[in-house]
Amino acid sequence: MFRRRPDAATPIVSVTVEGSEIRVPEGASAAGAVLLAGFPSIRDTPVNGTARGPYCMMGVCFDCLAEIDGVANRQSCMVAVKPGMVIRRQRGKRAAGIE
Amino acid sequence: MTQFDAIVIGGGLVGSAIAYGLARENLKTALIDEGDVAFRASRGNFGLVWAQSKGLGAPHYQRWTRLSAEEWPRLAAELGARTGIDVGLEQPGGVQLCLGEEEFAERRVMMEQMRTEAGNFGFDYRMLERDELAAMLPGLGWAVTGGSWTPYDGHVNSLYLLHALHKGFVERGGTYIPNRTVDYAGVAPNDFRLGSGADELAAPKIVLAAGLGNAKLAALFGLSAPVRPQRGQILVTERTERVWPIPIGSLRQTLEGSIMIGASEEEVGFDTGQKPEVMQAIAHRAVQCFPFIAELQIVRAWAALRVMPPDGKPIYDESERFPGAFTANCHSGVTLAGAHANAFAPMVAAGALDPMLVPFSAKRFDVPQAA
Repeated sequence: MFRRRPDAATPIVSVTVEGSEIRVPEGASAAGAVLLAGFPSIRDTPVNGTARGPYCMMGVCFDCLAEIDGVANRQSCMVAVKPGMVIRRQRGKRAAGIE
Repeated sequence: MTQFDAIVIGGGLVGSAIAYGLARENLKTALIDEGDVAFRASRGNFGLVWAQSKGLGAPHYQRWTRLSAEEWPRLAAELGARTGIDVGLEQPGGVQLCLGEEEFAERRVMMEQMRTEAGNFGFDYRMLERDELAAMLPGLGWAVTGGSWTPYDGHVNSLYLLHALHKGFVERGGTYIPNRTVDYAGVAPNDFRLGSGADELAAPKIVLAAGLGNAKLAALFGLSAPVRPQRGQILVTERTERVWPIPIGSLRQTLEGSIMIGASEEEVGFDTGQKPEVMQAIAHRAVQCFPFIAELQIVRAWAALRVMPPDGKPIYDESERFPGAFTANCHSGVTLAGAHANAFAPMVAAGALDPMLVPFSAKRFDVPQAA
């Protein structure tokens, strides 16, 4: 479903999605990495716990929220991959960050 | 022509709470709702059921607000049972925070005045010092000196409330007429005819609850409703795990986890635009109160217009010239929903406002100027 175009010869970076190492083209989004990794979803909604994954890929639907490099609730389709980036499932509500 | 027992103009929180109450009193009621061209304060409000600061210097208003707060659990339970919509009422009391000793001292004086003015009716409050507050409210910032607490306050999902009132109204036999304006009004004592497109609606009772629209409508019925728009801006954060056990005045966390941050008071006429400087000021105070908020994403923000009487207190009247015509005007459609559904509507159904509402008449503004 998500085959790369044959003429794309961009450098590859390595990220981890839920612990699996995934190699993705430089400039791809973190949501792209989630899709390439074959995950059907990357978050559980805060109210009903429903599984959701990247959908609109343009910053509108908020269904691709993920924890990226330790920061909760990031819109993964709006974040470009970086070498070594750690993308984790967003499980419901984030913590409020009170020490 | 369609004949009703009562017509309510205005499908926001005030109008639909009254219409719901009238339908429950077995009046055949029509609810006319203008549509999305209206200013729709009921879709933009903050969702507090807030009693602790209402009615300073006006014991009748304090009492009316408290009556509403007391009716709220009954209204929420009834709406839940009849419509299946849980409006999410939590009424564990509320805290208003004070930044600096001066604010705290002023607040103490104000709360004591509220208690004095309540007389035998009573007014429970406590001034909480910083340490006690910090134990109650995780994440409290050092800028907070203290706060005032009363047991009457709470909060609710006001969009679910509006939905539940509409659904409950229709379920009790009410006729909801959306996207209608009043093109003409035939007005006689206890005989009102409203033209709206090809339809004519008639009823011996009419309630004007059209929010800012009341200012123009009222004159047609021999009434006065000098309300003006006052803008408030609200910020909403991403959802977090539950932080606070109670609402905190201009801060509250919804059941779903969003933190709502309010709210400005701006005199800008009929302008629902947003201003970055105002949003910044609102956010700044919130972060002073709770520094962790600075780390949260703002996911929504909006402005809405309060329906503000000249002295900030509600206006309720029955027309002397055209008995059967009533007005209800206030900026607290959520807080006062309990009173509107469970007290005001029965008064309208019975045909006269209770003497407790006399001080709310717009006649209070007709004071001759001193020479």
